[in-house]
Amino acid sequence: MPSFVIAEKCDGCKAQDKTACQYICPNDLMALDRDLMKAFNQEPDQCWECYNCVKICPQQAIEVRGYADFVPLHGSVIPMRGTDSIMWTVKFRNGTLKRFKFPIRTTEEDSINPYDGKPEADMSKVKESGFFNTPARAE
Amino acid sequence: MEKETCTFSYCEKPEIVEHETDLLLIGGGMACCGAAYEGVRWAEASKLKITMVDKAAADRSGAVAMGLSAINTYMGENKVEDYVRYVRNDLMGITREDLVYDLGRHVDDSVKLFEEWGLPIWKKGDDGFSLDGHQARDAGKTSLRDGGTPVRSGKWQIMINGESYKAIVAEAAKKALELNRTATGVDQNLFERVFIVRLFKDTNDPKRVAAAVGLSVRENKMYIFKAKGIVLAAGGAVNCFRPRSVKEGQGRAWYPIWNSGSGYALGMQAGAELVLMENRMVPARFKDGYGPVGAWFLFFKAKATDSLGNDYCANEDYLKDAREKYGAKYVDKLGTTIRNHMMINAMKEGKGPILMRTDLAMAKINETFIEKLGEKEGKKKVKHLEAEAWEDFLDMCIGQAGLWAGKNVEPDKVYSEIMPTEPYLLGSHAGCAGFWVSGPSDIPGTPDHYHWGYNRMSTVPGLFMAGDICGASGHKFSSGSHAEGRIAAKACIAFILDNPDFAPKPRKTADEMAAELYLPFEIYEKNKTYSTDPSVNPFYIKPDMLQARLQKIGDEYFGGISTWYMTSKTMLEEGLKQLALLKEDSGQMGAANLHELMRCWENFHRILSLEAHARHILYREESRYPGYYYRGDFNLIDDDKWKLFTCSTYDMTSGEFTMSKRDYKEIWAD
Repeated sequence: MPSFVIAEKCDGCKAQDKTACQYICPNDLMALDRDLMKAFNQEPDQCWECYNCVKICPQQAIEVRGYADFVPLHGSVIPMRGTDSIMWTVKFRNGTLKRFKFPIRTTEEDSINPYDGKPEADMSKVKESGFFNTPARAE
Repeated sequence: MEKETCTFSYCEKPEIVEHETDLLLIGGGMACCGAAYEGVRWAEASKLKITMVDKAAADRSGAVAMGLSAINTYMGENKVEDYVRYVRNDLMGITREDLVYDLGRHVDDSVKLFEEWGLPIWKKGDDGFSLDGHQARDAGKTSLRDGGTPVRSGKWQIMINGESYKAIVAEAAKKALELNRTATGVDQNLFERVFIVRLFKDTNDPKRVAAAVGLSVRENKMYIFKAKGIVLAAGGAVNCFRPRSVKEGQGRAWYPIWNSGSGYALGMQAGAELVLMENRMVPARFKDGYGPVGAWFLFFKAKATDSLGNDYCANEDYLKDAREKYGAKYVDKLGTTIRNHMMINAMKEGKGPILMRTDLAMAKINETFIEKLGEKEGKKKVKHLEAEAWEDFLDMCIGQAGLWAGKNVEPDKVYSEIMPTEPYLLGSHAGCAGFWVSGPSDIPGTPDHYHWGYNRMSTVPGLFMAGDICGASGHKFSSGSHAEGRIAAKACIAFILDNPDFAPKPRKTADEMAAELYLPFEIYEKNKTYSTDPSVNPFYIKPDMLQARLQKIGDEYFGGISTWYMTSKTMLEEGLKQLALLKEDSGQMGAANLHELMRCWENFHRILSLEAHARHILYREESRYPGYYYRGDFNLIDDDKWKLFTCSTYDMTSGEFTMSKRDYKEIWAD
């Protein structure tokens, strides 16, 4: 599944115009119940388990319960995404725990200066091969 | 059946926003992010306006939204012409070699940019073992730009720590767009959560596209984008066929579930010529979770066997049968389709389940490492390797890790099942369904019908294709899609500069467009109270049922899983009759909210994609891609008649397809 929202933890991102999970879900699944002020997955059978809502939730209120039509209960996979790496806790049905930490980025978030140190485009070459910054490889 | 119309008598008319731009990018995935990055630089001198429209949020949209654990296309030390041979062989001998070569000679720069922007790329350590992106940086390893050595998992693949791959690539694209926005003085040039539904043709120049029209999925607003040139990269088609898991688990599609065939459908609406739409991708993946097998095969050297322990790809009985039907020349290359074919045959004979022997592979690695490094250091390295195996899933298919956790699967202790999935339509992975485009003009040996104008331009002037929908040139993957977006955007800028006077004038008025797009709202509002439960109502079909019906037709008639990918002329023709009724019923889609309105049109895009797929399978009277699909009435590869490109165009008004053939040319001999 589908991601699900833990009722006790979700605050509906109340200070913002939309919730973080609504903002990020690539499949437009997360919706906000305005009466409860809590988010929910409005179409669980269209969830790819991409975990983007889980990773972005400021309250860590979202988790994933494996697809019930083939995943036995009681395993879990929980991420904690930082700015340069991500920690994963994988809990098996039998209680076995595995923890992993992987890099996600070597630069600071929002630090990309896209054309820094790159040449300008040479318009006389707009119909040739190659990119603005580098010619196509010739063999 | 009388056609429904929308007069906004029941539903509220949306606010209509018109946005004029020079270069319009439809999509927000790898290809359009590449297009934005390259396009903005070439647009600077003439202050051309660039606009990107994404149905999701660019940080996490498209096929790389979850992340990736490898970049599958990086030339590095290899020769580009060998890449062409590899792609051609994997796609059963018919490929646009000019496009593949062009991609190969450009792609590495995109990968080097990703690393500069912050994507962690594994490097070879001094001891020959791999370092992750942080370890490599801390050890002062040379960047790819300066000649650093990546860790290869296969000849063309390199390993990355790719959890944030898309976020990094999107950051560069968004920054580029922002530079363009300030330079050209427009209020907005990145539209997220706007889903493009229709391309409308021009009044004065009937060949050209005048407007791309879409709806906001956040507010009642319709957008009309008018542009002098368009790069279309709205992805392939997932969920046209009934998937193996039909309840919650259908979300766990192998390819992104949000790839709804929009790329194909939009181009078809514009009358762009399709090529090799009969092609599809049926990946063999870990059963149910659809986790990637590439790293297990290539990096960990795991073997897959039938349940009796036979390597089905080396089994003489299976090989003999395949050679008789499809020819040794194709079978012995053991491309993706042929490996699938052998697996399918093993399963049909009851020799399943097919087992990926992760346990044996890990045991072997364990033994080698301890032998080489001693007990302590060896075990440490094995632990590192185990983490790498899990990262392979956690970076790009987290659901598979969840499945292993739920089933207590530790890959070093127990094997896992693999299985061929339901079919997918795409052109960037091991598939090549897409549009016929012009290639570059500077590659020797290229026949005239391969290039007639601007690179990556479709048969519709000003409409360029990239990524999954640029046809007959598979195996671009993420990096290649980015590079192709860049190639397409640059060429589109050249086109715009050559055709500065085009003033788009759509054939329909804004009100007519709104009436078309919001019809499912009108129908729903008009009829919803007729029944006590609006989900069952005779006056409309909701998007989830439309999709279920489409998938059932695809599966049962066009060679889905329920027939083991088998179809034939009679099956296809019967299925097309069912599909025609569904297409008629799509005029009575009902949507209760903006989310459902998007789903309605996504599924309409799937209908067009699937119809094109079926028409092409019907046209090609052979089984060019055994293991992807079979024509029971032509279960052979017939090079004399069919070593060529099948092409088609769709007429939006009549609903008719026109089929044709184009010659294939081998540019690089084996």
